[in-house]
Amino acid sequence: MANVPAELRYTREHEWAKAEGGRVRVGITAYAQEQLGDVVFVELPKTGAKLTHMQGFGVVESVKAVSDLFAPLDGAVAEVNEALRQAPELVNQDPYGKGWMIVITPSQPAQLDTLMTAKEYEAFVAGGGH
Amino acid sequence: MSEPLRRTPLYAAHVAAGARMVPFGGWEMPVQYAGILEEHRTVRRAVGLFDVSHMGEFEVTGARAVATLQTLTTNDVAALEVGQVQYSLLCDPAGGIVDDLTVYRLGGDRFMLTVNASNIDTDWRWVTEHGESGALWRNISSETALLAVQGPRAEALVAELADADVKSLRYYHFAAGAVAGARTLLSRTGYTGEDGFELYVAAGEAERLWREFLDRGRAAGVAPVGLGARDTLRLEMRDVLYGNDIDGTTNPLEAGLGWVVKPAKGDFIGRDAIEKVRAAGVRRKLVGFEMVDRAVPRHGYRILADGRPVGVVTSGSYGPSIDKYIGIGYVETALAGVGSELAIEVRGVPQAARVVKTPFHPSHVKQR
Repeated sequence: MANVPAELRYTREHEWAKAEGGRVRVGITAYAQEQLGDVVFVELPKTGAKLTHMQGFGVVESVKAVSDLFAPLDGAVAEVNEALRQAPELVNQDPYGKGWMIVITPSQPAQLDTLMTAKEYEAFVAGGGH
Repeated sequence: MSEPLRRTPLYAAHVAAGARMVPFGGWEMPVQYAGILEEHRTVRRAVGLFDVSHMGEFEVTGARAVATLQTLTTNDVAALEVGQVQYSLLCDPAGGIVDDLTVYRLGGDRFMLTVNASNIDTDWRWVTEHGESGALWRNISSETALLAVQGPRAEALVAELADADVKSLRYYHFAAGAVAGARTLLSRTGYTGEDGFELYVAAGEAERLWREFLDRGRAAGVAPVGLGARDTLRLEMRDVLYGNDIDGTTNPLEAGLGWVVKPAKGDFIGRDAIEKVRAAGVRRKLVGFEMVDRAVPRHGYRILADGRPVGVVTSGSYGPSIDKYIGIGYVETALAGVGSELAIEVRGVPQAARVVKTPFHPSHVKQR
């Protein structure tokens, strides 16, 4: 079973979300990067872009697959991980750390509580993950 | 209902090795073991072991074998010596490509054809229905396993396990011998751009041979390589893949395969249609391009020039050895020159690309 940190929240599309003060950091899970295989390209929005809960905000591509990224909550993009432009492999190497994708300034912070807990996400993945 | 997926004799070995198995052309095949990029680099730097037993093999024998192959294939079988391999095509009367294949001359009137896995049934019907009478065909696909050993250290590894004189075997030549005690047809061919061998053995010997190579090749850095890296390796060579880059709607000339079409040898299926295209000039050409903008081209994406659709991407990916996003596709002939500026439509957005010289990565096959 892939690593599922207890302190994070999760979407059914395999993004993780982490509360950091008033903001929320977002990436894809260890399980997601494993399923994708070697990530060779990440397309992310610009700082300031508006996000809508469970609408696409970017794309992650492995050698074989193209996969959409979904916003875990409403808000605006506060930060973008520019390092992924030159080093998309960080998503594989450190999905919960250096492989983060964006930081969101949420407009509905309470939406975070509607996301899956680590336990719920583990069960979701064990059940097939879709 | 679709038919159940077929498995090679190495299926259990792949699963035990932790391979990710995927459907490919009707077969359940390993797409990756350790990871596509790592496997790709293993082949470029050391030596990789591939199970390509899903490929099909036909044998044709008899006094009419040469005649029937001359009718069925576009290349000149008469120019093929015993012990030599030839890349060739099966075409339909309209000049569309039924399959690409390699032809082995086993004897004066004995040949083996290696065809694509997804086309085994189609090709079998094609050759037995359209071939000349008097040649005896045998489909030996299921009793034959095929391992590819590819990379700069392939020669040393195969030489260690084989009783045949591997080092003097030239590119696109083959020899019969024993490898780890198993009767093998050793062919100096491949689909990676590296030196290497394709080893044909009886299906029952495949698993033992596979383990022997992994075991004896450990010091050389051998690793199993899946279809994912096989695809990126061949893409960097701009080698075409049937079903992606060529099919019944493409003709050999536009695909850049005119070098295996030999009209001077006499009549063959598709000759008139292909010669008509040659006389008129091809409308489109298969080109290699690299992305100028950051984006990954994929099969089926539209190619644009000045906002106008001018072609389609047939294969595209990240090229691990050149660290660029690359692709191949058909474009109008006027736009096919090196340096030609194109755009690839990626999720509705045109992304700049440029036609480049191919192969994308220099080939290291033994051209002697």
